Amino acid sequence: MTIRIDQQSCDGCVRCLAACPYGGIDIADGKAVLNLRCTHCGTCLDACPQGAILSDAGTRRIPDFSEYRGVWVMAQQEAGGLHPVSLELLGKARELAEHLGQDVSALLLGDRVEPLVGALFAAGAQQVHLVEHPALAGYRTLPFSRAAAQVIQSQKPEILLVGATPMGRDLAPRLARRLGLGLTADCTGLEIDAQERILRQTRPAFGGNVMATIVGRYSRPQVATVRPGIMKPLPPEPGRQGRLLRHNVHIPSQDLRTTLLKTIQVPRSGVDLTSARVIVAGGRGVGNMAGFALLEELAGVLGAELGGTRVAYESGWIPHERQIGQTGVTVRPDLYVAVGLSGAIQHRAGMLDSRFIVAINKDRAAPIFDVADFALVGDFSKIVPAVISAAQEA
Amino acid sequence: MRIFVLVKQVPDSTEIKIDPRTGNLLRQGVAAIMNPEDRHALQAAVELAAQVGESSVTVLTMGPPQAIDVLTEALACGADKAVLLTDELFAGADTWSTSGVLARAIQHLGGAHLVLAGRQAIDGDTAQIGPQVAEALGMEQATYVQEIEYLDGELEVERRMGEHLERLCLPLPALVTVVAELNVPGHPRLDLLLLACQDRAPIEILNAADLGFKAQEVGLAGSLTEVVETFSPKSARETEFLEGSPAEMAAALLGRLKAAKLLHKGGLE
Repeated sequence: MTIRIDQQSCDGCVRCLAACPYGGIDIADGKAVLNLRCTHCGTCLDACPQGAILSDAGTRRIPDFSEYRGVWVMAQQEAGGLHPVSLELLGKARELAEHLGQDVSALLLGDRVEPLVGALFAAGAQQVHLVEHPALAGYRTLPFSRAAAQVIQSQKPEILLVGATPMGRDLAPRLARRLGLGLTADCTGLEIDAQERILRQTRPAFGGNVMATIVGRYSRPQVATVRPGIMKPLPPEPGRQGRLLRHNVHIPSQDLRTTLLKTIQVPRSGVDLTSARVIVAGGRGVGNMAGFALLEELAGVLGAELGGTRVAYESGWIPHERQIGQTGVTVRPDLYVAVGLSGAIQHRAGMLDSRFIVAINKDRAAPIFDVADFALVGDFSKIVPAVISAAQEA
Repeated sequence: MRIFVLVKQVPDSTEIKIDPRTGNLLRQGVAAIMNPEDRHALQAAVELAAQVGESSVTVLTMGPPQAIDVLTEALACGADKAVLLTDELFAGADTWSTSGVLARAIQHLGGAHLVLAGRQAIDGDTAQIGPQVAEALGMEQATYVQEIEYLDGELEVERRMGEHLERLCLPLPALVTVVAELNVPGHPRLDLLLLACQDRAPIEILNAADLGFKAQEVGLAGSLTEVVETFSPKSARETEFLEGSPAEMAAALLGRLKAAKLLHKGGLE
């Protein structure tokens, strides 16, 4: 696709500049012009009230998907039980299904996993599609893709939600490619578009400082993955009943060539930031281990756990279990003290629900201040010791 | 063994700032780098090629013309050959479309025994391209891999599955996506970099037509998903800036925390 701007009709209103996620449009002599950063992605097309932004893309025909019905959740397992993300997604699926006037189903794949069915009903599933097969004992990409694809092709759901665990992020893209489905990763918001009745999938994008809402108009089911901890499960209703539908699948031997040699449990460090009431977290601006030693002192005074950003983890300043954000843990403490971290959205996604947020940063324009209750602009190496002594005196 | 490495040029997202007035991204001056995990994939490819012998490492990227910079860097890190897939028609591609182009290119270039890639790119974080290319090529796959051993035409890999690790035996051909724990990438070599910057550097450039694609099959037109809206996340919080010297700010903060009942007798409740 190629974008061009009709200089005759452009009135220089700059709305397209705000719409462009790449900074690909400039204003020259009162008219919008594309610069080298333009990727011709087409996001600006609808932003122009003059209709001055043109593309060579024709209108695509949307196929008839009227036989696709139902909101499905992939029921993922962990250590013989259901992974919490499956229950969280069932909660979201109920909300989406009510908007559509449709049912919620769970797709449960495994070997002798029928005992898990009751928990899926209790968490909100109205139907459970159950596939039991010896080749599905333990997750492997190809047998699971095969089984899921067969059931989805025959049952034709409208939406499929998958937990973005390592297993879900291994399976969902494989399955989507096989069935020719659009897929949106790591959504933080899901809602039904009131007019088109399609799934609006919102996720962090473009370097993480922008949210993008994505739709898939051209394939069904619409597939989205969601990180654990983002959606809220419904209160469980034990004893709730639903329909159990069993499916037989054929898994050919060529799908079984990869073998699982062994599973190794990683010893847990005992750190659990998700239950901490106070967290002191640092990022790139803390600069070095000496800086983190100062944060540790602050954490000690406040009775806090120490955390950090991806940069802090990758720099070796904190272990991975203390990384907060999209690729780490999601936390909701009473008090979150963010020090020397700019607040990229991947990080904010992991701490935004904290009750009080204090930010200390030398850059007044840092995005972390947008989400902070109390902002302290300045050099953390001077502010943090001051806070430590004030807290000791308090 | 023919090894392909999928790499992506990404903005160094940790440097991105937001204009506090407009809420737009400030992109000027943000460096473009090779996606960090892709460097680990490249390092593994070069090591495996040396171990197995009679192997080639081809680095493949799809992107705008300036993405050639990461290919030059990859050649300096020991890749034998590099291929840039670039075409205005590719713009706006989702992972369905991108994985289709990458898979077609690998076939066009003679096919692969092993494809390596970073687990995910830091600008999109989707982790979808690896498994989707594997599916398009009908290959075995392993994601989140932190250890690779080549044994007699098969791979033994260790993958990180959150709470546990898995060791898999993977027949070839296969696609493996890797995490940073896999290895320590080497630095670009100056002698190789000088060669990579010459006109006769082994960099091939292919467009949509070279791969036999029609315009409507690639880019946004060939995608199954599309971005309908972008926005800067707005916060409902009212931010209070505490002013003064460090000691004054600290005192003001402690006062606020006490008022919010977050402090109690010198410590937290």
